[in-house]
Amino acid sequence: MNFPILTMLVLVPAVGAVIVALISNRQPDVVKITALLVSVLTAGMSLWVLFAFKKGNPGFQFVSEHMWIRSWGISWHLGIDGISLFMVVLTGILFPLVIVGVDPHHDHKRYLSWMLLLQAGVMGSFISLDLFLFFVFFEIVLVPMYFLIGGWGYDQRIYAATKFFLFTMTGSAFMLVGIIATAVIAKADNGKVTFDLIKIAEHGSFAAGTGRWLFFAFAVAFAVKVPLFPLHTWLPDAHTQAPTGGSVILAGVMLKLGTYGLLRFGVYLFPEAAVWARPVLLTLATIGIIWGAIAATMQTDLKRLVAYSSVAHLGFIVLGTFALTTEAVTGGVMQNVNHGISTGALFLLVGMIYERRHTREISQLKGLQKVAPIFAGVFMLVMLSSIGVPGLNGFVGEFLVLIGSFATSRWWVVVAATGVILAALYLLWAYQRVFHGEPDDDNRSFAEIRWKEGMLLLPFLAIIVFTGVYPKPMLDRIQPSVKVLIQHVEQHSTWHAPAVQGGEG
Amino acid sequence: MGALIADTLQGPKIQWFALSPVLVLLGGALVLLVASALTPQWPKRAYASFTAAVGTAVVVLGFFLWHNIDTHGPSKLVANSLQFDKMTVWVTITIAVAVVLASFVTDDYLRREGLDGPEVYALYMLAAIGGVVMGAANDLIVLFLGLEILSISLYVLAASHRKRIKSQESGIKYFVLGGFSSAFFLYGIALIYGGAGSTNFTNIVGQFNAVVQTTRHNDALVLAGVAFVIVGLAFKVSAVPFHFWAPDVYEGAPTPVTAFMASAAKAAAFAAMLRVLLDALPHWSADYRPVIWVLAAITVVGGSVMAVVQTNVKRMLAFSSVSHAGFMLVGVEAAAHQAGQVAQGNGRPSVLLYTLVYSVLVIGTFGVVTAVSRTGDGATDLGAFRGLGRNRPFLAMGMTILLLAQAGVPLTSGFVAKFGVIRAAVEEHSYAIAIIAMLAAVIAAFLYLRIMISMWIAEPEAGDDQREPVRLPALLVTAIGLSVAFTLVVGFFPNLLIKLAP
Repeated sequence: MNFPILTMLVLVPAVGAVIVALISNRQPDVVKITALLVSVLTAGMSLWVLFAFKKGNPGFQFVSEHMWIRSWGISWHLGIDGISLFMVVLTGILFPLVIVGVDPHHDHKRYLSWMLLLQAGVMGSFISLDLFLFFVFFEIVLVPMYFLIGGWGYDQRIYAATKFFLFTMTGSAFMLVGIIATAVIAKADNGKVTFDLIKIAEHGSFAAGTGRWLFFAFAVAFAVKVPLFPLHTWLPDAHTQAPTGGSVILAGVMLKLGTYGLLRFGVYLFPEAAVWARPVLLTLATIGIIWGAIAATMQTDLKRLVAYSSVAHLGFIVLGTFALTTEAVTGGVMQNVNHGISTGALFLLVGMIYERRHTREISQLKGLQKVAPIFAGVFMLVMLSSIGVPGLNGFVGEFLVLIGSFATSRWWVVVAATGVILAALYLLWAYQRVFHGEPDDDNRSFAEIRWKEGMLLLPFLAIIVFTGVYPKPMLDRIQPSVKVLIQHVEQHSTWHAPAVQGGEG
Repeated sequence: MGALIADTLQGPKIQWFALSPVLVLLGGALVLLVASALTPQWPKRAYASFTAAVGTAVVVLGFFLWHNIDTHGPSKLVANSLQFDKMTVWVTITIAVAVVLASFVTDDYLRREGLDGPEVYALYMLAAIGGVVMGAANDLIVLFLGLEILSISLYVLAASHRKRIKSQESGIKYFVLGGFSSAFFLYGIALIYGGAGSTNFTNIVGQFNAVVQTTRHNDALVLAGVAFVIVGLAFKVSAVPFHFWAPDVYEGAPTPVTAFMASAAKAAAFAAMLRVLLDALPHWSADYRPVIWVLAAITVVGGSVMAVVQTNVKRMLAFSSVSHAGFMLVGVEAAAHQAGQVAQGNGRPSVLLYTLVYSVLVIGTFGVVTAVSRTGDGATDLGAFRGLGRNRPFLAMGMTILLLAQAGVPLTSGFVAKFGVIRAAVEEHSYAIAIIAMLAAVIAAFLYLRIMISMWIAEPEAGDDQREPVRLPALLVTAIGLSVAFTLVVGFFPNLLIKLAP
C-alpha cells in the first residue's frame, strides 16, 4: 500500500491543531515553533504531491479510499487531479507563510490552533471525492474562520463573523439537502446508496428537471462562498474585519472552495443542468465583475477596496467556468491560484500599512513612495499582477478566460472585458492617492519594508513573475483534467464546446 | 380457596426479565426513599452515585435485553399491553443514560443550593419508569399511565427548588398546562376507543376493517380522537403552538431538572408519539401526516426564531429544544409515510437516533449552565458566560463543542442526528420540509453563536471580577466530559450508532 499522502495532508494539520491547543500557555515559543513545524511539514507534503503528480494523467491520483460510515454508504475517498492540484499546493504554502509572517498580537496559541484546523478543513475540501466528506470539510471550515474573525479582527468583527457564518450556513443548508437527494436518487443507478462523487457522476442519470433542482441546491451554497452577486455582501465585511492572516486565507483559498465546488460538484455532477443554467450564472458573474469593480472604485478603505476587487476577480473565474470550453475553464482554474497569490499579497501589504499607520483610510495615506520606495515597488508589482498586466501571473489566467469564453459567450465577454479596464482604474487610482505626492507629517515616518516582511513577500513575488513568464508547467497539469471534464459535459448533454484557435496557451 | 380464585381470575403471564428495567428503577427509587428516611444524611455524592448505579444497571440490562431480542425476536408482554422490541430497549437505554448523567449534574447543585436529599433522585427514577412505559406501550391506557407517571414526577421536580420562587411558579405552570394536555390526550383515547372498539394497538389495527370501515360515524369518531391525541402529544414534545410552557418551565426549574426534562422527557414523549401514530394508528397516516408536516415546519422555524431574541440562556436553550423537537417531527413525518408498511423506512430510526443524541447533548449543555449559574441558580443570562473562555478554557471548549453539535456542525453527533432525519425526509420526497428545517437550523445557529461570542470574544465588563468563580465539582465535570466525548465519538464514527438504531 502506498503512503497515504492525502490523508496525511488533512491529518497532520488537524492533529497539529490539537497539539498546539494542548501546549501550556506559558510556553509561547513552543507553541509558535510547533505550529510552524506542522505547517511547514504540510507544505512540504503538498510540494511533494506537486512534483510526484503525473502530468499526462487527467484522472485522480494518490487516491485513498476507505469505508467510513457503512450504513450510509459514505467513504473516506480522497484524490487529486489537475483541477485541485494547485489549490492543494496553494493551501499548503499559504498557511506557513501566514503563520510565520503575520502576528495576531494576542492569544497566539488559540490563533495558531484555529489556523491549523482551518488548514485541515480547507485541504480536506479540495481533496474529497465523496459528497458527504466534502460537506463535512466545507462546513467545518466555518468554525475556525468564525473564531479567527471574531477573536482577532477589528472593531466590527463580531458582526462580520456572524454574518459570514450565517450566510455560508444558509447556502450549506440547501447543499446538504441536495447532497442527500443526489445520493438517494442516484441509488437507482448505483444499486445502493453511495455518496461517492465519481460513481454518481459516471453512473448517475438524473431526469432534466431533477438534475436542475439538485444543481440549484449545490449552486446556491457555492454562489455564497464564491461569492456571486447578489450573495456577496458578507465578503467585504468579513474581509475588512478579519485579521490580516484571516483575510489572506479567506481570499487565498477559502473563496476558491466556491469556484472549485461549482466546477467539481456543479458541472461535473450535473452537466446537463450546468449547461442549462449557463446564461444565469454567466450574467451573475458579469454583473459581479462590473459591480465589484465599481464598488471597489468608490471605497475609501484600502482593505475594503481589495475585498471588492475580489468580487470582481472571482466573477472572472465563474465566467470561465461556465463558458465551458477547455481554455476558459483552464484559465478559471489558473485564476483561482493567481487570485490567491495576488490578493493574498495585497492583503499582507495592506496589513503592513495598517501596522505602521493604524489606519487603512486612503485619505489618511499620502506620498509613501517617497519614504518607502521598495515597499511601493513591491506594492506596485503585486497590484499590476492583480490588474492582469502581461508578463505577470494575472494576465495568463484572465486572458485564457476571455479568449476561451469569447466563442461561446461573446456578449458576456464583451461586458466583462471592461472589468479589466475598471480594475486598472481602481487600483491605479488607489496607488496614486496612497503612494504619490508629498508625504505629510503623519506619513513621513512610514517605515521601509523590513527583512522579515521582505522574506514573507518574496515567495509571492517569485510565483507572480514565474507564472507570468512561464505558465506552461501549470497549464500542462491543469489542462488534461479540464479537457476530460469538458468531454464529460459533452457526453452528458447537448453541449458542444468549439475549439478555440490559438488557445493552446 | 386459593384454587377457586385461580380459576376465576386468570392473571396474565409476567415476563420478569423483559420488565427488569422498570423493576430495577422502581426498586432503586423505593430503596433510596426508604433507606434514606431511616438513616441520617448520606455523605456527599452518595445519593447521586446510588442513582447513577441504578441507571447504569438499567443500561447494562438493556444490553442483555437487546441481545435477547436479537436471538428470540420481539414479543408482547403482560397480556399484550407492552411491546418488547428494540425500540423499547433503545428508549429504555436513552432514558437510563439521561438518569445517570442528570444525577451527576444534580449532585453538587443540590449541595450548593442547600437542598441535598434523596427526593430529586427518587423522582428521576420514577419519572424514568414512566418514560420507559411510554416507549414500550402497546395500549393507549398503558401509555397514558406512563405519561402520567412521568408528568407528575416532573411537576414535582420542576418545583423542587424550595428557595426559588421561580421554581415554584414553573412547577404550578407545568402542572396546570400539563394536566390540561393530559385531559386532551385522555379524551382522544376515549374517542378512539369509541370508534375502534379497543385501546390496544394490535386490536385497533386489526379491527380497522371490521369496525371502523363498516360502521358509519366510527371513522369520524376515531379521527377526532387522533386530533386530540396529537394535541396531547404535541404538548408533551413542546411543538409549536403547544410550546408555551416550555420556556417558562425550563427557565424556572432547577437547571439539572431542566436538563432531565429536555432529555428523558422529550425522548419518552417522542417514543410515545411514534408508538401512537405508527403502531396504533397507521391507517390514519394519510390524515395526520399533513398535520405533523405543519407542526414540524412551524416548530423548527418558530423555535429557532424565538430562541434568537432571548437573553436568558436557559430560555434560549428551551426554545432551541423546541426547534430540535421540530427536527424530530421532520423524522416523524418521514416515518408516517411508511406507517403500517412492512419495510418501515428510515423515519423511526432517525427519530430514535435523534432523541438519544440530543438527550446526551442537552444534559451536557445544561450541565455547563448549571456550573455557570452559580449559587442561587440565578446567573443564567448571557452575561454570566462572559469571560468563561479566559477563566475556564476547558469548560468553555466543552460548551463550544456541545453548542456546535446542537447547531449541527459536522463531526459532531448533532450533525449525525440532523443528517439522519433529513435523509429520512428526502427519501420520502419531503424536500420542502427538509429545506425548511435546514434553514431554521441556520437561524438557530445564530443563537449558539451568541453564547460562544459571550464565552470567547465579549470584552470583560466592570464587576466581572467580583462574580463568584465558576466551580467545577468532579461529578459535574464527569457528566460534561462524558457528554462531550459521546458527541465527538458519534460525530467521528457515526456508524457505531446508526447501524443499531431500530
